[in-house]
Amino acid sequence: MYDFFTTTNLGITLLVLGQVLLVVVPLLVALAFILWADRKVWAAVQLRKGPNVVGAFGLLQSFADFIKYVVKEIVVPAGADKFVYFLAPMTSLVLAMTAWAVIPFNEGWVLADINVAILFIFAVSSLEVYGVIMGGWASNSKYPFLGSLRSAAQMISYEVSIGLIIIGVILSTGSMNLTDIVHAQKGAGLWSWYWLPHFPMMILFLVSAHAETNRPPFDLPEAESELVAGYQVEYSSTPFLLYMIGEYVAITMMTALISILFFGGWLSPFPWLPDGIGWLLLKMAFFWFVFMMTKSIVPRYRYDQLMRLGWKVFLPMSLAWVVLVAFFAQYGAFWGTYARWTTGG
Amino acid sequence: MAFDLVATAKRFVLWDFLIGFKLGLKYFFKPKFTVNYPYEKNPLSPRFRGEHALRRYPNGEERCIACKLCEAICPAQAITIDAEPRDDGSRRTTRYDIDMTKCIYCGFCQEACPVDAIVEGPNFEFATESREELFYDKQKLLDNGERWEAEIARNIALDAPYR
Repeated sequence: MYDFFTTTNLGITLLVLGQVLLVVVPLLVALAFILWADRKVWAAVQLRKGPNVVGAFGLLQSFADFIKYVVKEIVVPAGADKFVYFLAPMTSLVLAMTAWAVIPFNEGWVLADINVAILFIFAVSSLEVYGVIMGGWASNSKYPFLGSLRSAAQMISYEVSIGLIIIGVILSTGSMNLTDIVHAQKGAGLWSWYWLPHFPMMILFLVSAHAETNRPPFDLPEAESELVAGYQVEYSSTPFLLYMIGEYVAITMMTALISILFFGGWLSPFPWLPDGIGWLLLKMAFFWFVFMMTKSIVPRYRYDQLMRLGWKVFLPMSLAWVVLVAFFAQYGAFWGTYARWTTGG
Repeated sequence: MAFDLVATAKRFVLWDFLIGFKLGLKYFFKPKFTVNYPYEKNPLSPRFRGEHALRRYPNGEERCIACKLCEAICPAQAITIDAEPRDDGSRRTTRYDIDMTKCIYCGFCQEACPVDAIVEGPNFEFATESREELFYDKQKLLDNGERWEAEIARNIALDAPYR
Protein backbone atom coordinates (compact mmCIF):
# COMPACT_ATOMS: atom_id res chain seq x y z
CA MET A 1 0.00 0.00 0.00
CA TYR A 2 2.79 2.42 0.94
CA ASP A 3 4.61 1.57 -2.27
CA PHE A 4 1.49 2.18 -4.31
CA PHE A 5 1.17 5.74 -3.05
CA THR A 6 4.86 6.60 -3.31
CA THR A 7 6.08 4.88 -6.47
CA THR A 8 3.26 4.43 -9.02
CA ASN A 9 2.04 7.39 -11.04
CA LEU A 10 -1.60 6.73 -10.19
CA GLY A 11 -0.76 6.39 -6.53
CA ILE A 12 1.13 9.67 -6.40
CA THR A 13 -1.65 11.44 -8.28
CA LEU A 14 -4.24 10.10 -5.86
CA LEU A 15 -2.10 11.04 -2.89
CA VAL A 16 -1.64 14.60 -4.11
CA LEU A 17 -5.34 14.84 -4.93
CA GLY A 18 -6.18 13.65 -1.44
CA GLN A 19 -3.85 16.22 0.08
CA VAL A 20 -5.37 18.98 -2.03
CA LEU A 21 -8.87 17.96 -0.95
CA LEU A 22 -7.65 17.90 2.64
CA VAL A 23 -6.87 21.61 2.33
CA VAL A 24 -9.68 22.75 0.03
CA VAL A 25 -12.64 21.02 1.68
CA PRO A 26 -12.02 22.28 5.22
CA LEU A 27 -11.29 25.70 3.72
CA LEU A 28 -14.60 25.85 1.87
CA VAL A 29 -16.56 24.54 4.86
CA ALA A 30 -14.83 27.05 7.11
CA LEU A 31 -15.65 29.72 4.54
CA ALA A 32 -19.37 29.08 4.96
CA PHE A 33 -19.06 29.86 8.65
CA ILE A 34 -16.70 32.78 8.05
CA LEU A 35 -19.33 34.35 5.80
CA TRP A 36 -21.91 33.81 8.53
CA ALA A 37 -19.58 35.23 11.19
CA ASP A 38 -18.82 38.22 8.97
CA ARG A 39 -22.51 39.08 8.74
CA LYS A 40 -23.02 38.42 12.45
CA VAL A 41 -20.18 40.70 13.54
CA TRP A 42 -21.25 43.39 11.15
CA ALA A 43 -24.81 43.14 12.42
CA ALA A 44 -23.79 43.11 16.08
CA VAL A 45 -21.86 46.37 15.78
CA GLN A 46 -24.92 47.93 14.14
CA LEU A 47 -27.10 46.65 17.01
CA ARG A 48 -28.82 44.09 14.81
CA LYS A 49 -28.96 40.33 15.33
CA GLY A 50 -27.90 39.22 11.84
CA PRO A 51 -28.92 35.91 10.30
CA ASN A 52 -30.51 33.78 13.03
CA VAL A 53 -33.28 31.76 11.39
CA VAL A 54 -31.62 28.99 9.32
CA GLY A 55 -30.28 26.42 11.78
CA ALA A 56 -29.17 27.13 15.34
CA PHE A 57 -28.09 30.79 15.58
CA GLY A 58 -28.44 30.92 11.78
CA LEU A 59 -25.32 28.79 11.39
CA LEU A 60 -26.64 27.19 8.21
CA GLN A 61 -27.41 30.54 6.54
CA SER A 62 -24.45 30.24 4.16
CA PHE A 63 -25.64 26.85 2.96
CA ALA A 64 -29.11 28.25 2.30
CA ASP A 65 -27.51 31.10 0.37
CA PHE A 66 -25.38 28.63 -1.53
CA ILE A 67 -28.44 26.70 -2.67
CA LYS A 68 -30.14 29.96 -3.59
CA TYR A 69 -27.21 31.08 -5.73
CA VAL A 70 -26.86 27.74 -7.47
CA VAL A 71 -30.51 27.31 -8.46
CA LYS A 72 -30.90 30.86 -9.75
CA GLU A 73 -30.91 31.56 -13.44
CA ILE A 74 -27.59 32.49 -15.03
CA VAL A 75 -28.14 35.67 -17.00
CA VAL A 76 -25.61 36.23 -19.76
CA PRO A 77 -25.74 39.76 -21.16
CA ALA A 78 -26.32 40.09 -24.90
CA GLY A 79 -23.05 40.60 -26.73
CA ALA A 80 -20.97 39.17 -23.90
CA ASP A 81 -17.94 37.14 -24.78
CA LYS A 82 -19.30 33.92 -23.31
CA PHE A 83 -16.03 32.05 -22.98
CA VAL A 84 -14.24 34.84 -21.14
CA TYR A 85 -17.41 35.75 -19.26
CA PHE A 86 -17.50 32.33 -17.61
CA LEU A 87 -13.73 31.95 -17.42
CA ALA A 88 -13.30 35.12 -15.36
CA PRO A 89 -15.02 34.03 -12.11
CA MET A 90 -13.41 30.61 -12.36
CA THR A 91 -9.99 32.23 -12.74
CA SER A 92 -10.70 34.35 -9.72
CA LEU A 93 -11.62 31.36 -7.55
CA VAL A 94 -9.02 28.91 -8.82
CA LEU A 95 -6.16 31.37 -8.38
CA ALA A 96 -7.31 32.29 -4.90
CA MET A 97 -7.33 28.58 -4.04
CA THR A 98 -3.98 27.87 -5.71
CA ALA A 99 -2.07 30.13 -3.35
CA TRP A 100 -2.98 27.79 -0.48
CA ALA A 101 -0.65 25.16 -1.89
CA VAL A 102 2.37 26.73 -0.23
CA ILE A 103 0.86 27.75 3.11
CA PRO A 104 2.41 25.72 5.97
CA PHE A 105 -0.25 24.90 8.55
CA ASN A 106 2.10 23.20 10.94
CA GLU A 107 5.63 21.81 11.06
CA GLY A 108 5.81 20.01 7.69
CA TRP A 109 2.08 20.36 6.95
CA VAL A 110 2.39 21.99 3.56
CA LEU A 111 1.24 20.82 0.14
CA ALA A 112 4.22 22.13 -1.82
CA ASP A 113 7.28 22.98 0.25
CA ILE A 114 8.93 25.05 -2.47
CA ASN A 115 11.74 27.46 -1.71
CA VAL A 116 10.12 30.42 -3.51
CA ALA A 117 6.79 30.14 -1.71
CA ILE A 118 6.39 33.88 -1.23
CA LEU A 119 7.11 34.60 -4.88
CA PHE A 120 4.55 31.95 -5.79
CA ILE A 121 1.87 33.51 -3.60
CA PHE A 122 2.76 36.93 -4.94
CA ALA A 123 2.58 35.76 -8.55
CA VAL A 124 -0.73 33.99 -8.07
CA SER A 125 -2.36 36.86 -6.21
CA SER A 126 -1.18 39.24 -8.94
CA LEU A 127 -2.89 37.04 -11.50
CA GLU A 128 -6.16 37.42 -9.58
CA VAL A 129 -6.45 40.85 -11.17
CA TYR A 130 -7.11 39.06 -14.45
CA GLY A 131 -10.33 37.59 -13.07
CA VAL A 132 -11.51 41.11 -12.39
CA ILE A 133 -10.40 42.62 -15.70
CA MET A 134 -11.73 39.73 -17.77
CA GLY A 135 -15.06 39.82 -15.94
CA GLY A 136 -15.45 43.53 -16.54
CA TRP A 137 -14.44 43.36 -20.17
CA ALA A 138 -16.40 40.25 -21.15
CA SER A 139 -19.66 41.66 -19.76
CA ASN A 140 -19.75 44.05 -22.74
CA SER A 141 -21.24 46.85 -20.68
CA LYS A 142 -19.77 50.20 -19.64
CA TYR A 143 -20.20 50.08 -15.88
CA PRO A 144 -18.59 46.71 -15.26
CA PHE A 145 -15.75 47.80 -17.52
CA LEU A 146 -15.16 51.03 -15.61
CA GLY A 147 -15.50 49.11 -12.37
CA SER A 148 -12.95 46.54 -13.44
CA LEU A 149 -10.48 49.27 -14.37
CA ARG A 150 -10.86 50.82 -10.94
CA SER A 151 -10.39 47.46 -9.23
CA ALA A 152 -7.38 46.58 -11.34
CA ALA A 153 -5.72 49.92 -10.60
CA GLN A 154 -6.40 49.49 -6.91
CA MET A 155 -5.14 45.91 -6.69
CA ILE A 156 -1.97 46.67 -8.65
CA SER A 157 -1.19 49.77 -6.54
CA TYR A 158 -1.30 47.87 -3.30
CA GLU A 159 0.49 44.83 -4.65
CA VAL A 160 3.54 47.06 -5.13
CA SER A 161 3.73 47.99 -1.46
CA ILE A 162 2.86 44.44 -0.34
CA GLY A 163 5.76 43.20 -2.45
CA LEU A 164 8.17 45.66 -0.85
CA ILE A 165 6.92 44.82 2.64
CA ILE A 166 7.52 41.16 1.98
CA ILE A 167 11.06 41.91 0.76
CA GLY A 168 11.83 43.30 4.22
CA VAL A 169 10.79 40.00 5.79
CA ILE A 170 12.72 38.01 3.19
CA LEU A 171 15.83 40.10 3.90
CA SER A 172 15.76 39.36 7.59
CA THR A 173 15.03 35.67 7.06
CA GLY A 174 17.30 34.97 4.15
CA SER A 175 14.71 32.64 2.69
CA MET A 176 11.50 32.80 0.69
CA ASN A 177 10.25 29.53 2.09
CA LEU A 178 7.34 30.15 4.45
CA THR A 179 8.38 27.32 6.77
CA ASP A 180 11.83 28.90 7.10
CA ILE A 181 10.25 32.27 7.77
CA VAL A 182 8.26 30.74 10.64
CA HIS A 183 11.37 28.98 11.95
CA ALA A 184 13.28 32.27 11.92
CA GLN A 185 10.69 33.67 14.33
CA LYS A 186 11.24 30.90 16.85
CA GLY A 187 12.66 31.93 20.22
CA ALA A 188 11.14 33.86 23.10
CA GLY A 189 7.54 33.32 21.99
CA LEU A 190 5.52 36.45 21.32
CA TRP A 191 8.54 38.79 21.44
CA SER A 192 10.65 37.15 18.77
CA TRP A 193 7.96 37.28 16.10
CA TYR A 194 8.47 39.71 13.23
CA TRP A 195 5.65 42.05 14.21
CA LEU A 196 8.00 43.75 16.64
CA PRO A 197 11.11 44.42 14.50
CA HIS A 198 8.94 44.98 11.42
CA PHE A 199 6.21 46.84 13.28
CA PRO A 200 5.47 49.64 10.79
CA MET A 201 5.39 47.12 7.96
CA MET A 202 3.00 44.87 9.88
CA ILE A 203 0.54 47.77 10.03
CA LEU A 204 1.15 48.59 6.36
CA PHE A 205 0.63 44.97 5.39
CA LEU A 206 -2.63 44.78 7.34
CA VAL A 207 -3.95 47.90 5.59
CA SER A 208 -2.67 46.82 2.17
CA ALA A 209 -4.29 43.43 2.66
CA HIS A 210 -7.64 45.19 3.02
CA ALA A 211 -7.03 47.17 -0.17
CA GLU A 212 -5.67 44.18 -2.07
CA THR A 213 -8.73 42.05 -1.34
CA ASN A 214 -11.24 44.87 -1.94
CA ARG A 215 -12.43 44.78 1.65
CA PRO A 216 -13.95 47.84 3.31
CA PRO A 217 -12.77 50.56 3.81
CA PHE A 218 -11.23 50.03 0.36
CA ASP A 219 -14.21 48.27 -1.24
CA LEU A 220 -14.45 50.88 -4.01
CA PRO A 221 -14.83 48.31 -6.78
CA GLU A 222 -18.20 47.25 -5.39
CA ALA A 223 -19.12 50.09 -3.01
CA GLU A 224 -22.78 49.14 -2.73
CA SER A 225 -23.97 52.50 -1.45
CA GLU A 226 -22.42 54.47 -4.32
CA LEU A 227 -21.86 52.21 -7.30
CA VAL A 228 -23.83 49.24 -8.48
CA ALA A 229 -21.31 46.44 -8.12
CA GLY A 230 -18.27 47.30 -10.18
CA TYR A 231 -17.03 44.46 -12.34
CA GLN A 232 -19.72 42.12 -10.95
CA VAL A 233 -22.68 44.10 -12.30
CA GLU A 234 -23.62 41.60 -14.99
CA TYR A 235 -22.89 38.51 -12.92
CA SER A 236 -25.60 36.48 -11.26
CA SER A 237 -26.14 33.03 -9.87
CA THR A 238 -23.18 30.63 -9.74
CA PRO A 239 -20.59 32.86 -11.50
CA PHE A 240 -21.30 35.56 -8.94
CA LEU A 241 -20.97 32.95 -6.19
CA LEU A 242 -17.56 31.99 -7.55
CA TYR A 243 -16.44 35.61 -7.42
CA MET A 244 -17.64 35.91 -3.86
CA ILE A 245 -16.01 32.68 -2.68
CA GLY A 246 -12.81 33.71 -4.47
CA GLU A 247 -12.85 37.02 -2.65
CA TYR A 248 -13.33 35.40 0.74
CA VAL A 249 -10.68 32.76 0.03
CA ALA A 250 -8.28 35.58 -0.87
CA ILE A 251 -9.05 37.37 2.41
CA THR A 252 -8.51 34.17 4.39
CA MET A 253 -5.25 33.81 2.50
CA MET A 254 -4.25 37.31 3.61
CA THR A 255 -5.02 36.51 7.25
CA ALA A 256 -2.85 33.39 6.91
CA LEU A 257 -0.05 35.46 5.36
CA ILE A 258 -0.12 38.07 8.14
CA SER A 259 -0.06 35.28 10.73
CA ILE A 260 2.88 33.55 9.07
CA LEU A 261 4.97 36.56 8.10
CA PHE A 262 4.55 38.68 11.20
CA PHE A 263 2.99 36.53 13.91
CA GLY A 264 4.97 33.32 13.82
CA GLY A 265 2.55 31.00 12.03
CA TRP A 266 1.95 27.89 14.15
CA LEU A 267 4.40 29.02 16.89
CA SER A 268 3.01 29.40 20.36
CA PRO A 269 3.07 32.94 21.80
CA PHE A 270 4.28 31.62 25.16
CA PRO A 271 7.46 29.51 25.42
CA TRP A 272 5.84 27.11 27.92
CA LEU A 273 2.94 26.17 25.60
CA PRO A 274 3.42 23.72 22.71
CA ASP A 275 3.35 24.90 19.08
CA GLY A 276 0.67 23.60 16.74
CA ILE A 277 -1.84 24.27 13.99
CA GLY A 278 -4.29 25.60 16.59
CA TRP A 279 -2.19 28.72 17.04
CA LEU A 280 -2.21 29.45 13.31
CA LEU A 281 -5.98 29.01 13.15
CA LEU A 282 -6.38 31.18 16.22
CA LYS A 283 -4.25 33.94 14.70
CA MET A 284 -6.16 33.71 11.41
CA ALA A 285 -9.45 33.90 13.29
CA PHE A 286 -8.21 36.96 15.15
CA PHE A 287 -7.23 38.73 11.95
CA TRP A 288 -10.51 37.74 10.36
CA PHE A 289 -12.21 39.40 13.31
CA VAL A 290 -10.15 42.53 12.66
CA PHE A 291 -11.25 42.43 9.01
CA MET A 292 -14.88 42.06 10.05
CA MET A 293 -14.70 44.85 12.61
CA THR A 294 -12.96 47.10 10.09
CA LYS A 295 -15.84 46.56 7.73
CA SER A 296 -18.28 47.79 10.36
CA ILE A 297 -16.39 50.73 11.87
CA VAL A 298 -14.31 52.38 9.14
CA PRO A 299 -15.84 54.70 6.55
CA ARG A 300 -15.02 54.11 2.89
CA TYR A 301 -12.05 55.89 1.30
CA ARG A 302 -12.48 58.15 -1.68
CA TYR A 303 -10.74 56.91 -4.80
CA ASP A 304 -8.13 59.66 -4.89
CA GLN A 305 -7.39 59.12 -1.19
CA LEU A 306 -6.94 55.44 -1.91
CA MET A 307 -4.44 56.15 -4.65
CA ARG A 308 -2.66 58.77 -2.58
CA LEU A 309 -2.31 56.33 0.32
CA GLY A 310 -1.03 53.59 -1.93
CA TRP A 311 1.47 55.51 -4.04
CA LYS A 312 2.49 58.48 -1.91
CA VAL A 313 2.49 56.98 1.59
CA PHE A 314 2.83 53.21 1.49
CA LEU A 315 5.21 52.93 -1.44
CA PRO A 316 7.87 55.39 -0.13
CA MET A 317 7.55 54.01 3.39
CA SER A 318 7.97 50.41 2.41
CA LEU A 319 10.78 51.31 0.02
CA ALA A 320 12.62 53.19 2.78
CA TRP A 321 12.03 50.27 5.12
CA VAL A 322 13.61 47.83 2.66
CA VAL A 323 16.75 49.98 2.52
CA LEU A 324 16.78 50.35 6.31
CA VAL A 325 16.35 46.62 6.91
CA ALA A 326 19.08 45.89 4.39
CA PHE A 327 21.48 48.08 6.38
CA PHE A 328 20.40 46.62 9.72
CA ALA A 329 20.82 43.12 8.39
CA GLN A 330 24.18 43.77 6.77
CA TYR A 331 25.75 45.33 9.87
CA GLY A 332 23.99 43.12 12.39
CA ALA A 333 22.30 46.05 14.12
CA PHE A 334 20.04 45.38 17.14
CA TRP A 335 21.82 42.16 18.10
CA GLY A 336 21.09 40.61 14.73
CA THR A 337 17.30 41.02 15.05
CA TYR A 338 17.08 41.91 11.38
CA ALA A 339 19.45 39.18 10.22
CA ARG A 340 18.03 36.03 11.69
CA TRP A 341 19.76 33.86 9.11
CA THR A 342 23.14 34.76 10.60
CA THR A 343 22.03 33.85 14.10
CA GLY A 344 20.96 30.45 12.91
CA GLY A 345 17.20 31.20 13.00
CA MET B 1 3.19 72.18 8.66
CA ALA B 2 5.31 71.49 11.72
CA PHE B 3 6.31 67.94 12.40
CA ASP B 4 4.16 66.61 15.23
CA LEU B 5 5.82 63.57 16.78
CA VAL B 6 2.82 62.44 18.81
CA ALA B 7 0.42 62.72 15.90
CA THR B 8 2.80 60.79 13.64
CA ALA B 9 3.33 58.07 16.24
CA LYS B 10 -0.43 57.78 16.67
CA ARG B 11 -0.84 57.41 12.94
CA PHE B 12 1.78 54.67 12.88
CA VAL B 13 -0.02 52.53 15.45
CA LEU B 14 -3.43 53.18 13.81
CA TRP B 15 -4.57 55.03 16.91
CA ASP B 16 -7.86 56.26 15.43
CA PHE B 17 -8.62 52.77 14.22
CA LEU B 18 -8.02 51.36 17.71
CA ILE B 19 -10.37 53.93 19.24
CA GLY B 20 -12.97 52.99 16.66
CA PHE B 21 -12.35 49.32 17.32
CA LYS B 22 -12.99 49.85 21.03
CA LEU B 23 -16.20 51.72 20.31
CA GLY B 24 -17.25 49.01 17.86
CA LEU B 25 -16.64 46.35 20.50
CA LYS B 26 -18.76 48.30 22.97
CA TYR B 27 -21.67 48.19 20.54
CA PHE B 28 -20.86 44.59 19.65
CA PHE B 29 -21.86 43.48 23.17
CA LYS B 30 -24.82 45.82 23.60
CA PRO B 31 -28.37 44.40 23.59
CA LYS B 32 -29.76 44.32 20.06
CA PHE B 33 -32.80 46.16 18.77
CA THR B 34 -33.84 43.52 16.24
CA VAL B 35 -37.46 42.34 16.43
CA ASN B 36 -37.71 38.74 15.18
CA TYR B 37 -40.57 39.78 12.93
CA PRO B 38 -42.70 36.76 12.16
CA TYR B 39 -42.31 35.58 15.75
CA GLU B 40 -42.26 38.94 17.50
CA LYS B 41 -44.21 42.03 16.52
CA ASN B 42 -44.08 45.65 17.54
CA PRO B 43 -47.18 47.07 19.26
CA LEU B 44 -49.65 48.90 16.97
CA SER B 45 -51.42 52.15 17.70
CA PRO B 46 -55.24 52.02 17.84
CA ARG B 47 -55.14 54.55 15.01
CA PHE B 48 -53.12 52.19 12.80
CA ARG B 49 -54.53 52.17 9.24
CA GLY B 50 -54.22 48.70 7.77
CA GLU B 51 -56.44 46.48 5.67
CA HIS B 52 -60.00 47.68 5.08
CA ALA B 53 -63.11 46.07 6.55
CA LEU B 54 -66.86 46.68 6.28
CA ARG B 55 -68.57 46.40 9.64
CA ARG B 56 -72.05 45.20 10.67
CA TYR B 57 -74.33 46.18 13.54
CA PRO B 58 -74.58 43.69 16.41
CA ASN B 59 -77.90 42.48 14.99
CA GLY B 60 -76.16 41.47 11.76
CA GLU B 61 -77.36 44.42 9.63
CA GLU B 62 -74.76 46.07 7.38
CA ARG B 63 -73.75 49.49 8.59
CA CYS B 64 -73.07 50.89 5.15
CA ILE B 65 -75.88 53.07 3.85
CA ALA B 66 -74.35 53.71 0.43
CA CYS B 67 -73.90 57.46 0.97
CA LYS B 68 -70.77 57.26 -1.22
CA LEU B 69 -68.89 59.80 0.90
CA CYS B 70 -65.92 57.46 0.99
CA GLU B 71 -65.96 57.07 -2.76
CA ALA B 72 -66.13 60.85 -3.10
CA ILE B 73 -63.27 61.62 -0.73
CA CYS B 74 -60.95 58.84 -1.82
CA PRO B 75 -57.91 60.69 -3.24
CA ALA B 76 -56.76 57.61 -5.15
CA GLN B 77 -60.24 56.84 -6.48
CA ALA B 78 -59.83 53.29 -5.26
CA ILE B 79 -63.44 52.82 -4.12
CA THR B 80 -66.33 51.97 -6.46
CA ILE B 81 -69.88 51.79 -5.11
CA ASP B 82 -73.19 50.88 -6.75
CA ALA B 83 -76.39 51.14 -4.77
CA GLU B 84 -80.16 50.59 -5.06
CA PRO B 85 -83.09 50.35 -2.61
CA ARG B 86 -83.53 46.98 -0.99
CA ASP B 87 -86.93 45.17 -0.80
CA ASP B 88 -87.63 46.73 2.63
CA GLY B 89 -87.01 50.17 1.15
CA SER B 90 -83.64 50.83 2.85
CA ARG B 91 -80.77 52.04 0.75
CA ARG B 92 -77.87 49.54 0.52
CA THR B 93 -74.87 48.86 -1.67
CA THR B 94 -75.01 46.21 -4.35
CA ARG B 95 -71.34 46.65 -5.07
CA TYR B 96 -68.53 47.90 -2.86
CA ASP B 97 -65.09 47.40 -4.41
CA ILE B 98 -61.74 48.66 -3.17
CA ASP B 99 -58.74 48.41 -5.43
CA MET B 100 -56.06 47.76 -2.80
CA THR B 101 -53.34 48.38 -5.37
CA LYS B 102 -54.57 51.97 -5.71
CA CYS B 103 -55.31 52.62 -2.06
CA ILE B 104 -52.80 54.87 -0.29
CA TYR B 105 -54.06 54.04 3.24
CA CYS B 106 -54.78 57.68 4.04
CA GLY B 107 -57.78 56.79 6.17
CA PHE B 108 -60.06 59.46 4.63
CA CYS B 109 -62.75 56.84 3.93
CA GLN B 110 -63.12 55.90 7.59
CA GLU B 111 -63.07 59.59 8.55
CA ALA B 112 -65.81 60.36 6.03
CA CYS B 113 -68.04 57.45 6.99
CA PRO B 114 -71.01 58.68 9.05
CA VAL B 115 -71.82 55.21 10.41
CA ASP B 116 -68.35 53.74 11.02
CA ALA B 117 -69.00 51.15 8.33
CA ILE B 118 -65.76 51.27 6.35
CA VAL B 119 -62.72 51.16 8.64
CA GLU B 120 -59.06 50.41 8.30
CA GLY B 121 -58.27 47.59 10.68
CA PRO B 122 -55.02 46.56 12.37
CA ASN B 123 -54.16 43.88 9.81
CA PHE B 124 -51.14 44.62 7.61
CA GLU B 125 -50.23 41.10 6.58
CA PHE B 126 -52.44 40.60 3.53
CA ALA B 127 -49.82 40.13 0.84
CA THR B 128 -51.09 38.03 -2.07
CA GLU B 129 -49.48 36.07 -4.84
CA SER B 130 -51.47 37.71 -7.62
CA ARG B 131 -52.62 41.22 -8.39
CA GLU B 132 -56.23 40.13 -8.88
CA GLU B 133 -56.52 39.03 -5.27
CA LEU B 134 -55.99 42.65 -4.22
CA PHE B 135 -59.18 43.85 -5.97
CA TYR B 136 -61.40 43.51 -2.90
CA ASP B 137 -65.18 43.16 -3.37
CA LYS B 138 -68.00 43.67 -0.90
CA GLN B 139 -67.98 40.06 0.29
CA LYS B 140 -64.27 40.12 1.05
CA LEU B 141 -64.62 43.38 2.98
CA LEU B 142 -67.57 42.08 5.01
CA ASP B 143 -65.59 38.91 5.80
CA ASN B 144 -62.72 41.08 6.98
CA GLY B 145 -65.18 42.93 9.18
CA GLU B 146 -66.30 39.72 10.81
CA ARG B 147 -62.77 38.50 11.26
CA TRP B 148 -61.39 41.68 12.82
CA GLU B 149 -64.54 43.07 14.57
CA ALA B 150 -63.16 42.56 18.11
CA GLU B 151 -59.92 44.43 17.42
CA ILE B 152 -61.64 47.13 15.36
CA ALA B 153 -64.26 47.78 18.05
CA ARG B 154 -61.53 47.96 20.71
CA ASN B 155 -59.47 50.38 18.62
CA ILE B 156 -62.45 52.66 17.94
CA ALA B 157 -63.27 52.70 21.67
CA LEU B 158 -59.67 53.49 22.60
CA ASP B 159 -59.47 56.28 20.04
CA ALA B 160 -62.86 57.81 20.88
CA PRO B 161 -61.58 60.22 23.61
CA TYR B 162 -59.34 61.93 21.07
CA ARG B 163 -62.08 62.65 18.52
